[in-house]
Amino acid sequence: MPSVSLNVNGRMRKVDAPPEETLLSVLRNRLDLTGTKYGCGEGQCGACMVLIGGEAVASCQTTLAEAAGKRIVTIEGLAMKDKLHPMQAAFLEAEAFQCGYCTSGMIIASVALLSKNPRPNPDDVMGTLVRNVCRCGTYARILAAVQAASKKSGA
Amino acid sequence: MNDRELLEHEVPVLHWFALDRRRFLRIFGGGLLVVLAAPDGSAVMEAQESGRTRAGGQELPKDLAAWLHIDKDGKVTVFTGKVEMGQNIRTSLSQLVAEELRVPVDSVRMVMGDTDVCPWDAGTFGSRTTPTMGPQLRLVAATAREALVDLAAERWKLPRETLTADNGRVRAAGRTPLLYGELTRGEKLVKTLPADGAGGAGAGGAAATLTPPAQWKVAGLRTPKVDGHEFVTGTHQYASDLRRPGMLFGKTLRPAAFEATLVSLEATKAEAMPGVQVVRDGDYAGLVAPDAFTAERALVALAAGAKWKEKEGQPSNATIFEFFRRNAEAPEEGGRGATPTIKGSVDDALASADVKLAQTYTVEYIAHAPLEPRAAVAEWGKGNGASGKLTVWTGSQRPFAVRDELAAAFRIPTESVRVVVPDTGSAYGGKHTGDAAVEAARLAKAAGKPVKVVWTREEEFTWAYLRPAGVIDVKSGARKDGTLTAWEFHNYNSGPAGIGTPYDVANQKIQFHPVKSPLRQGSYRALAATANHFARETHMNELAHELKIDPLELRLKNLSDERLKAVYAAAAEKFGWAKRESAPGRGYGIAGGTEKGGFIAACAEIALDPTNRSVKVRRVAAAFECGAIVNPDGLRNQVEGAIVQGLGGALFEAIRFENGRILNPHFAQYRLPRFTDVPTIDVVLVDRKDLPPAGAGECPIVGIAPAIAAGIFEATGTWLRALPLAAEGAPETKRV
Repeated sequence: MPSVSLNVNGRMRKVDAPPEETLLSVLRNRLDLTGTKYGCGEGQCGACMVLIGGEAVASCQTTLAEAAGKRIVTIEGLAMKDKLHPMQAAFLEAEAFQCGYCTSGMIIASVALLSKNPRPNPDDVMGTLVRNVCRCGTYARILAAVQAASKKSGA
Repeated sequence: MNDRELLEHEVPVLHWFALDRRRFLRIFGGGLLVVLAAPDGSAVMEAQESGRTRAGGQELPKDLAAWLHIDKDGKVTVFTGKVEMGQNIRTSLSQLVAEELRVPVDSVRMVMGDTDVCPWDAGTFGSRTTPTMGPQLRLVAATAREALVDLAAERWKLPRETLTADNGRVRAAGRTPLLYGELTRGEKLVKTLPADGAGGAGAGGAAATLTPPAQWKVAGLRTPKVDGHEFVTGTHQYASDLRRPGMLFGKTLRPAAFEATLVSLEATKAEAMPGVQVVRDGDYAGLVAPDAFTAERALVALAAGAKWKEKEGQPSNATIFEFFRRNAEAPEEGGRGATPTIKGSVDDALASADVKLAQTYTVEYIAHAPLEPRAAVAEWGKGNGASGKLTVWTGSQRPFAVRDELAAAFRIPTESVRVVVPDTGSAYGGKHTGDAAVEAARLAKAAGKPVKVVWTREEEFTWAYLRPAGVIDVKSGARKDGTLTAWEFHNYNSGPAGIGTPYDVANQKIQFHPVKSPLRQGSYRALAATANHFARETHMNELAHELKIDPLELRLKNLSDERLKAVYAAAAEKFGWAKRESAPGRGYGIAGGTEKGGFIAACAEIALDPTNRSVKVRRVAAAFECGAIVNPDGLRNQVEGAIVQGLGGALFEAIRFENGRILNPHFAQYRLPRFTDVPTIDVVLVDRKDLPPAGAGECPIVGIAPAIAAGIFEATGTWLRALPLAAEGAPETKRV
């Protein structure tokens, strides 16, 4: 099995895995980065989202081969040491979760959105996050968290 | 929750696992430990059972159960068999303990759902945590507080009445306050709570009295989720995230269809893959592999080598309601087909009614679709196989029942099984069973190594269990002035929860008709109350239309329950019900009810998209009351979430099935509520500090579907009587 180098959260990680294995499986089962979640395996729920080159991507729809050589950031890579990323802090403040299982993907998708559109209106947020499912139904809180993070980042 | 509802949970027989005092002290070391004795069992069992019936067959506690420990540093550890799955009880119970113990919330650590150290518990369901575990832990904490005051009084040689406890310290005039840790250091104190003092809030006679909600300083206030940080950083470990040394990955071979039997299995291709071991036992076939990717590949190979004999003639969506009517079980004394509840004479009342109405309502099977699918990691202890202790980490609402399920599956004593439930990626009533736990344990036993099993989304849709489908027939009669005189209600298969009516009707006949469901079905958020409320409240709205009376007015005229009337008034005011203005393609509806000790009323505004007839719920105002509020923001979150989940079931969620197969076992085919479906939701929380807190996870889901159905009628002139209401869009408008 060929060894593949992955750039994850600013570190180069060597992975011995088939090139067609999903990035989600590699992160969770080989690199022990379990903050990225399996929800559906078909890119329909967003629980597995990671940043690849700054874009929010469903890691269950991305192979190891496709991810190789790109800059990958997972939920574990957002905080700087003990300081939460502003989006993480905003989710915490708005209590934008119940069971928390969708939270990693929601935060990743929201970070990607603000990096492109620092001042999204509610329709922008909903139009982007429509790919992410929160089965507990905390959508209104997630919207509030993203808008609060947006305001803070420009203050 | 009544006995018939509990049958919906199919709770197995209890086996009590008790520790003795010496073992406690070995586990916890020194400090102060509060345990509960149960000489007669009655009050304690009520608290521990959380709503479970005490109908025969189970042993009562032999000795003691440990609930709370304070160590030499003043750290508080609380033990409960309840589990956290998003309903936020880790926080709300911490608040209640902190309140009574007079400590900050962050000094309380909750150990939940670990069958080796937590007192037995029937499970986390039925909105029972707040009304039963809440007072239980309050009493335990208050007892610990008084014991600490006793310790300080002894040390200072002061009368205990002159001492007070607050902020983790005991104080007396002129003395340096003593931290709890200073008091418990070097102690090996076991404080035993008498069972008769454990009956509930404010039970007289016990040394400890509970703080009334009106005086709460920690409970009743906004308190952030205690471990929220772990969820926003991705560090919380769900069962599906756990890893054990040497762990393998397991998969189960699923039948081609329901009721299919395995004719032959060619496993050589799968077994030829590196590290793959195929396991067959009875009707079970599965495999383990050293990594998840290989396990998936091997399963594909194994499935290709399986031949199945399928069962013909299984029901489908097209035939299921007829199937229910044909196969209803006969009533039997104390059995599932209970005799009807009868008041007066419905037939006589119908004969003399000014307005009569008879309608049928249906609900489809729907899926819980918890975002974390079933998952388990199983590990057999040294000695391997049956002689070693089995530990399983899994997401379940009923850790002790899963322990019993494992013990039964492997024919080992319950003492040889430990189940640990990490905070779980939601359940909504859908995780009562230990399916993944049993599979992981079976595979681990064969492999001689720990094994993780994580179900795929397709497995979760197909092999978990569903919210029951059902048919409901309603007949009613009323006088011209709107007084209800007759009410007849028959529910086939969906369940008896919420089957009664809160309206004052002199003549009633209400009956649940159980059916052996062709699809695996079980508990769901609020059980059948969603279906029964949909039928009852839609019927009320239809009656209001026939009678030409405002639907809110009709309800208030027939209600004497002040708590229900109060939430109707609050929701109507918030929504602006009296001032609503009709417009083409617009409609308004109202509905409500009482369930699991809570009271909900919801108003909804819907709009039709003129191009594709899709229904958009624009605005919802809901008022909810569940006694004294423990955590206001957590409660608001629950109510909002229940409304969003209820909206999915109301508008578009439905399992499609045929020939023993689920036809839509993917998120691309089974539509869940998403961001763009969510209306503006205004929640009014009615805080009744004079009433004991009730649970809130379920009740708020029951009002939304009938409110939406009424809104669609107003916009289209058509009553939709089947859930989901508008999977394919709303009917053509008959009137403007």
